Amino acid sequence: MILRARPTGDKGRWAVLLLVAAMALAGAGFFAFQAVQRFQESQAAASESDVSAGGSPLPAEPFVLFRNTASGQAYGQAATVSLSDPAGARAVSGVDCDRTYGTRSAVICLRTQRGLVTRFEASLYDRNWQQQRSWALRGIPSRARIDSTGNSVATTVFVTGHSYAGAGFSTETSITPLGAGSESGSLEEFALLVNGEKVMANDRNIWGVTFVPGQPDAFYATAASSGRIWLVKGSVSERTLTAVHDGAECPSISPDGTRVAYKKNAAGPLDPHWNIAVLDLASGRETVLRETASVDDQVEWLDNATLLYGLPRSDEAGDSDIWQIGVDPAANPVLFIEHAWSPSVVR
Amino acid sequence: MYISVSDRNGGQGGTEQARTAVPFRFAPTIVWLGIVSLFTDVSSESVAAVLPLYLTGYLGLSVIAFGVLDGINQGAGSLVRIAAGWYSDRAGRPKYVALAGYGLSATARLALLFAGGFWSLTGTITADRIGKGIRTAPRDALITVNAQPEHLARHFGVHRMLDTVGAALGPLLAAAILLLIPSGYSTVFVVSLAFAVIGVAALALFVPDLPALKLRTASGSRKAGPAPIIRWRTLHRSGLGRLLITAGLFGLLTVGDGFIYLALQDRNAFELQWFPMLYVGTNAVFLALAIPLGRLADRWGRTKVFVAGHLALLACYLLAALPFTGAGAVAGCLVLLGIFYAATDGVLTALASQLVSPERLATGIGAAQTVVAVNRMVASAGFGVLWFAVGPTAALILVGCLLALAVLASPLLLGRAKAAKVHA
Repeated sequence: MILRARPTGDKGRWAVLLLVAAMALAGAGFFAFQAVQRFQESQAAASESDVSAGGSPLPAEPFVLFRNTASGQAYGQAATVSLSDPAGARAVSGVDCDRTYGTRSAVICLRTQRGLVTRFEASLYDRNWQQQRSWALRGIPSRARIDSTGNSVATTVFVTGHSYAGAGFSTETSITPLGAGSESGSLEEFALLVNGEKVMANDRNIWGVTFVPGQPDAFYATAASSGRIWLVKGSVSERTLTAVHDGAECPSISPDGTRVAYKKNAAGPLDPHWNIAVLDLASGRETVLRETASVDDQVEWLDNATLLYGLPRSDEAGDSDIWQIGVDPAANPVLFIEHAWSPSVVR
Repeated sequence: MYISVSDRNGGQGGTEQARTAVPFRFAPTIVWLGIVSLFTDVSSESVAAVLPLYLTGYLGLSVIAFGVLDGINQGAGSLVRIAAGWYSDRAGRPKYVALAGYGLSATARLALLFAGGFWSLTGTITADRIGKGIRTAPRDALITVNAQPEHLARHFGVHRMLDTVGAALGPLLAAAILLLIPSGYSTVFVVSLAFAVIGVAALALFVPDLPALKLRTASGSRKAGPAPIIRWRTLHRSGLGRLLITAGLFGLLTVGDGFIYLALQDRNAFELQWFPMLYVGTNAVFLALAIPLGRLADRWGRTKVFVAGHLALLACYLLAALPFTGAGAVAGCLVLLGIFYAATDGVLTALASQLVSPERLATGIGAAQTVVAVNRMVASAGFGVLWFAVGPTAALILVGCLLALAVLASPLLLGRAKAAKVHA
């Protein structure tokens, strides 16, 4: 119509545009087709690791619960291995988890639900993998813990800005009591006390809860505000978080309750390198361990002298291994379970 | 068919009848610019929808630091708008400045496929934000120049409607891909790149640059002239200054959809998992009303519709603050927010463009958009503090009262701007 006045012909322009569009869409379509095929093949393929049939209850003898990241069938499912033979066959559960944690009688599982809109949820299972309850999470799963008595679940998720509200990531950490009639509480509503002063700043972030064994009210976590990071000791009944140490993230308390292991940033705040450190609570002495890779995980205690943690594999996206390291500063890391993530040790 | 830049204000002197007598016609260039924005928004919003999950997977806990950095980048991206608008005016080549912006964002999409570490991801996403900053003002200048002056806001409505269709389709496309391939982020990026390339190609092939300015440059009238800069006196005389102050004040009192949804959620007005759908709902209302409200602005008055849009926002604050719960309050808020965007987004740009002289068109548009964008970021930060201090209900009512005062004061603030429009 009005476009006719152009010096070069519209037919030529349309031909070029349609050619560009056809090539771009065909290229993207081909890429997508191949990706779907690769995914379907990997789904159908036998697991990379030795897998035993799913659906069986949690083992009676001590075991390690983790997320199976071996490619093939059962990828992403919660699985267990015997504590006496961690490299042996893994029993997969048929339950998909991004992050998991377990006790003798219960398993918590945080997961991402794909759909028209992406949702996030936490589900609690009994030892027969029967779902007991399930609730929505505000963001992307990051950390999970169950206290030793099985009374509470702690979850940490990443909450992200939306396109209109502007970007910005923050963490949200909640402690959800499992008894009837009680509702979960965000730790952001707890009073954060540093040197006796209440921190009022709006940019407070809390993450990585660890429950103190044998003390149902007490826990440790990480709190951050205005670029500072603290190890905090929390009280559920008093709704307080009290700073006890600097620069400690994602704490994990030892089974005997005497030491706290955590990750500690040795680089700048923007591009962190996390070492594993262990704090002796009685003496206040901190030991940095000899793992050279950056560890972005909440470590787990294998026993009172050994830690477990996950490291992503550089050769395969979405795959990782669980390593172990002694708390002695001279100890070297040793591979514990291949193709695995998010360990919890259940005795 | 091009209305030359100097004719742009021609309709203003005519009587009311003469203005409405000109029938509305779709301008091919504006429709093409809308299609370019549609493809570009499918591209950018499909990536934006999966980026939080992707970044968290890659960066772990360092996403918090990433978020802080990205906030700074967004501020920088808004400031780039003025600079790009100014350069576009100076060079007289808005199409090519816009093309550079769209091209930079498309290149960033390609780079995203290869980015892995913290700094490469940050750099890639910064490049995308800068690209968006560069393209906006020159593109809106092109819309203004190609629009019938009597129907300026409606033409902007056409563009914003197409733009929002893309913004609504992008996340759905990304969700569909991730349903097929749960970890298919690279597939989302490749498909996004394809849409970005089509958008750039459509702009390069079907959107002409400004013939009028070229003619004037050829005649020598502004060949050696100093670069056009907006000076305070110009601002004062044209009324753009008053518009910037009013829009800036409104921007300071616009707290962001996220907070309104959170306030509704805080009162258990809806289930947590529906949260992302609220953005889809707001977008749907926005795209349905962009053209009708643009048309209303052209007939009834652009300033009136712009101010009335903020009344819708005010009503939304009250609805979110008052103790109504359930689907009705949520749906009401979505509709009011959609009305707010449809009545203010394109209309503000139309208002700004009619208050500046042709040589400063993109600069003026960029200035108005930057003032609003920067003030909204300040508003979000400030509202977060207020929310924490007094709670969501009191915070929303307080901001609502201030917004009501601003709406009441706006005729005084805008007085000269309106007068300038009449005398132009």
